[in-house]
Amino acid sequence: MNVFLKRLYLGLVGLFLLLPLIVVAGVSVNEKQTLAFPPQGFSLSWYGEIFANPEWRSALLASVTLAAVSAALALAIALPLSWFLWRRHAPWANVFQLLGIAPFTLPPVITALGLLTFWATTGFYGQPWTAAISHAIFFVTLPLVTLSLGFSSIDRSLVEAAATMGADDRTIFRTVVLPLILPYLVSGYAFAFVLSLNEYIVAYMTVGFTMETLPIKIFNALRYGYTPTMASVTILFVAIAALIFGLVARFGDLPKLLGAMSNNEK
Amino acid sequence: MRREAPQKLSDYGPLLFPAGMLIVFFVIPFATMIAVSFFKRDPAGFYSTAFVFDNYARFLSLFFGKVLGFSLFLAIAVAICCILLAVPFTYLLSRASRRTQVVWLVGLLSVLSLSEVIIGFAWSTLFSRTAGITNLLVAIGLMSQPVALNPSLGAVLTAMVYQALPYTVLVLYPALVRLDPTLTEAARTLGASPIKSFFTVVVPALRNTIMATLIMVFIFALGSYLLPQILGRPQHWTLSVLITDQAIYQSNMPFAAAMAVFLVLVTLALVGLTLLAGRKGEAA
Amino acid sequence: MSGLALQNITKEFGTFTAVKNVSLTVPHGTFVCLLGPSGCGKTTLMRMIAGLDLPTGGAIKLDDADITRVPTHKRDLGMVFQSLALFPHLTVGENIAYSLRIRGVGKEDQKKRVDELLSMIHLSGYADRPVAKLSGGQRQRVAIARALAISPKLFLLDEPLSALDAKLREAMQVELRQLQQRLGITTIVVTHDQREAMTMADTVVVMNSGEIRQAAAPVEIYRRPADTFVADFIGMTNLIDFTADSTGRAHALGSPIEGLAVPGGLSRGVLSVRPEDVHLTAPGHGAMAGRVTFVRDLGGTIETFVEAGGKQIVAVSMPHARPDVTVGQDVGIKLSPDTCVVLKS
Repeated sequence: MNVFLKRLYLGLVGLFLLLPLIVVAGVSVNEKQTLAFPPQGFSLSWYGEIFANPEWRSALLASVTLAAVSAALALAIALPLSWFLWRRHAPWANVFQLLGIAPFTLPPVITALGLLTFWATTGFYGQPWTAAISHAIFFVTLPLVTLSLGFSSIDRSLVEAAATMGADDRTIFRTVVLPLILPYLVSGYAFAFVLSLNEYIVAYMTVGFTMETLPIKIFNALRYGYTPTMASVTILFVAIAALIFGLVARFGDLPKLLGAMSNNEK
Repeated sequence: MRREAPQKLSDYGPLLFPAGMLIVFFVIPFATMIAVSFFKRDPAGFYSTAFVFDNYARFLSLFFGKVLGFSLFLAIAVAICCILLAVPFTYLLSRASRRTQVVWLVGLLSVLSLSEVIIGFAWSTLFSRTAGITNLLVAIGLMSQPVALNPSLGAVLTAMVYQALPYTVLVLYPALVRLDPTLTEAARTLGASPIKSFFTVVVPALRNTIMATLIMVFIFALGSYLLPQILGRPQHWTLSVLITDQAIYQSNMPFAAAMAVFLVLVTLALVGLTLLAGRKGEAA
Repeated sequence: MSGLALQNITKEFGTFTAVKNVSLTVPHGTFVCLLGPSGCGKTTLMRMIAGLDLPTGGAIKLDDADITRVPTHKRDLGMVFQSLALFPHLTVGENIAYSLRIRGVGKEDQKKRVDELLSMIHLSGYADRPVAKLSGGQRQRVAIARALAISPKLFLLDEPLSALDAKLREAMQVELRQLQQRLGITTIVVTHDQREAMTMADTVVVMNSGEIRQAAAPVEIYRRPADTFVADFIGMTNLIDFTADSTGRAHALGSPIEGLAVPGGLSRGVLSVRPEDVHLTAPGHGAMAGRVTFVRDLGGTIETFVEAGGKQIVAVSMPHARPDVTVGQDVGIKLSPDTCVVLKS
């Protein structure tokens, strides 16, 4: 009875989370260009459309490029910062940790508007690269959090041990710190990449009129009518996110990354 | 390794790039936005330099007061719904096997990362007349013909809860996983039923966490921008929508900036409250 | 002089002085234990020898070269950490080879040396195992082998055996001492376990509050403690107040102690008497008077607690010399003058 109630509750929440996706998945395989569920006929042509239609294809390409570049940039900001905070005793430098976490904590429209006024003032408004920097700043929180977590899990005596065995600072970083921080580096990149792929408002405010990322493209399409490609893109995105987080879980310790203590600490 | 204060100038090296990036592309834009909020609108360009309080004064009208009130109401409603759903859910999740937890976490992260556009589109489909959930009810004979459930407040609320629920669960997760399981076991040996021990032990033990989460989810919901547009009527539009509208479509950047500054102040006040509540909790 | 020399080493952390003006010489090839309660400065002293902390005053010399400011990685050390600090991302073999790899030793030579070390610690064939798969004792051995890979000038161990259970710890103490003697390497161990120190060291250095209280051979430390702290910290002892009259005769627990010579000018002080040197007799006959309060028979030894002159005195005897006493019985206590160590109070 008790177990049944538990399962029922978890199941209902699961259903709530899955229901929209099931309907969209159904809609995405409609044979004709109709918004119908259950689907009428079966066709995967709307998935082909993402790659065949030049507009969708270029939006996909723009999104993936933006996500790849901005996540790398976010990592480039987060890694030296979190390394410094771990390695050195400099309480005032925590200000930068705070600055790195703020953009993601504030309502996104604020960061977006701040960046919009900044790019407009400096005259770079609309340049595609401004979107990469904007996303890197907006999502730097994610690698920052995973990396601080990663560094705090490294036993400092490992670094001392390496020094007693003859390794200088640079060698220690390369042979000890980097291999141990790598899983956190990868997951930080993965988080930033997936979220950048899906981000709408910052991208829209900074480069909305010059560059169409997939979320912008979907929204524009939504306003001017309906095409099943929107549904197939949605499912594609869910699949990408699930795949990436699944890989992170497969090769890393997902519960630990999300703040649970690792098993041997329990 | 003893953490030493930086000795030489070169020890600060690693800080250079991150600090530079964050200052140039976050602090300065933020400051620019605050400055612009005192500027005048320039129909020909973005704005013209000035120092006026007009933008803030304009904000104090009945219309914007209503929008602010509605935004706050909507965010609070979403936060409360999410907490009610997520606390028992996260508790059950934290007591599940590791494998089950990982599967759920992957799913939650996937939903969390979904674009607001996609969530809006998915729910508008689900609420639509032609492909929506009412078709299902018709099929099993509960309704005579399918109807559209949006635009409506209910649709906006549902989709926003959908968007914020994974966030709520992930914020609650660490605290609940670390909750000492012997607490409830002790309650059980003292004669409390599982449900009773949940409400008499787990919930009180997490009171501060739940309060803090409520505020975090509230801020998260405050940022929702597309869902009210896609699923609601104009009277359901939030401050985020108006800010974007003013900045992009009305080309009134100073006014948008003033509203954004106001939103920041509200948010900061709430974060301050969270910290205060947390400190009180620690002291207790 | 070959070996390690510490000259007036001081270490301050803010207003707190962790190590005060410590001087010590460790001749080449000796085994030294730094022993003391937690917070006595022994670990800080070792960290300064390793270069992990810099002294605020004084100098450290190794084979007559001043290494006070030489960075850790240029000191050619081998060190075993309390946490062992085995690299979790490397295998057993890679861990042991780490210092060789840093020094650019060729792959073949690395492998040869690793095999050599693994056979030395009785773990041949373990080179490719991940360190996480080892037992506590095995991890301990790997940490030791890793520290010895380059045949360091100085072998440092910080509480190396504290994570092991009692039995294994005793076995490792013997093994470590035998290994050190075979290799003839200058070795310094930090420990709070006096049994460990007595088992392994040529010289035991007892520290308290950042200062060296005594540095001597284990038996010397036990038999001739330099002060009441050392006497009390090493093994069990009875600390008995005494007064001396003008003729230099000592009185303790209300009776004179015949034959004990008190250094001139000392009118009062403390006697340290080991429990095995306390003899219980029948009351009277010039013995100090006491009453038995508790008897603890541990099988191998018997401890008798006696109250005398308001003080509790412990006597330890072997089973074949079991004192015939019961709780509440009046007894006499006899101290022989040659086993009483006279200390300042």
